[in-house]
Amino acid sequence: MDKLIIQILNESRERIYSRWMDEMERAREDHRLQSITDATYEDTNNELFEIIYTHIEQNVHRPTERMTEFAERLLKVGWRLSYITQGLQTFRRIILAVLLDANHSSEKVFNMYDEIDRWIDPIINQLINESSKNWENTVSIQKVALQELSAPLIPVFENISVMPLIGTIDTERAKLIMENLLTGVIKHRSQVVLIDITGVPVVDTMVAHHIIQAAEAVRLVGAQCILVGIRPEIAQTIVNLGIDLGQFPTKSTLFKGMKTALEMTKRQMIDLDE
Amino acid sequence: MNIQSCVEVRNEWDIVKARQSGRNIAKELGFGTVDQARITTAISELARNIYLYAGKGEVTIERTEAGSKLGLKIIAADSGPGIKDIRRVMEDGFTTSGGLGAGLPGVKRLMDEFTIDSKENEGTNITAIKWLR
Repeated sequence: MDKLIIQILNESRERIYSRWMDEMERAREDHRLQSITDATYEDTNNELFEIIYTHIEQNVHRPTERMTEFAERLLKVGWRLSYITQGLQTFRRIILAVLLDANHSSEKVFNMYDEIDRWIDPIINQLINESSKNWENTVSIQKVALQELSAPLIPVFENISVMPLIGTIDTERAKLIMENLLTGVIKHRSQVVLIDITGVPVVDTMVAHHIIQAAEAVRLVGAQCILVGIRPEIAQTIVNLGIDLGQFPTKSTLFKGMKTALEMTKRQMIDLDE
Repeated sequence: MNIQSCVEVRNEWDIVKARQSGRNIAKELGFGTVDQARITTAISELARNIYLYAGKGEVTIERTEAGSKLGLKIIAADSGPGIKDIRRVMEDGFTTSGGLGAGLPGVKRLMDEFTIDSKENEGTNITAIKWLR
């Protein structure tokens, strides 16, 4: 960076510091950092300011290791990235004002402007890139984890399997349910499959449609579906919506469904007499 | 007391968000579990329609009053392609997407009041109210 800029910045460091701290304090609410103690906030601000200043002296156009570490540490404890980016932007605004005050020819000022932009923007960009990459990574990992939990088919008795469904069913999951049902039915040679919707919060027409389709597909491969776990309020909304679930048996609980399934496969549960 | 919540619908997860906030408001207003389920299902249908047919839009859920009655109002608005023939979409079993065709007539039955306003190529605006008994 231009020697002159560095010189001016070093000379007016105190002034820049106090203005910057003022602005950061004012922006505190925007970053939802009111719950953090004043001392911690001030310490962190001091550290960020220190890092930005070392940046200027080292004259690098990307975040230093210290900056990335600092960012990672803050993000890990739940601070927003906007705290750092806004800190950098505020810093830019203040030093531009300070440089303008120093009264130079307009060409000189423009060059300084340009130089500072070229210095600060890549740092901000890279911080944002890294943090969004981090998020994307987390989201994709969670997606896979969710998929694994999504729709297991559990063989319970010979020829009887259960598929417990928990949580919201979206298009992607509906596909998975269908696939797992069909492959599972064939693999376990199931005759009866119980689909348990106790854990499904809302049964709207789309969810009902997917369940009906899945049941129909199961029928095509020669097995029978029983829908269990229908809560009273869900039963009422299904009736209100006018959805016809008459093609396959439905039961209120998994237990009742299991009894029916055993009957369908010519077995029954009996109490053992002493 | 002014309870209101506005959810932008752009993807499938926004549907979940919309009905979550609908359920919270319904609970706060004192609706029972059955009506809560009705309200969330109605929101789910309306939000899904926005997602399926208009791509994006907004679902607003708010408290409403008329005389001594207290209720919950759902407003689903989009600027999508609009509905050509409103009478037909209110028929049971009519669908253009291969679904069950129970969505809009179903919402009408789930809620107490229902108004639909749509212009082709301009968008659709649906308002539905459930009164607290």
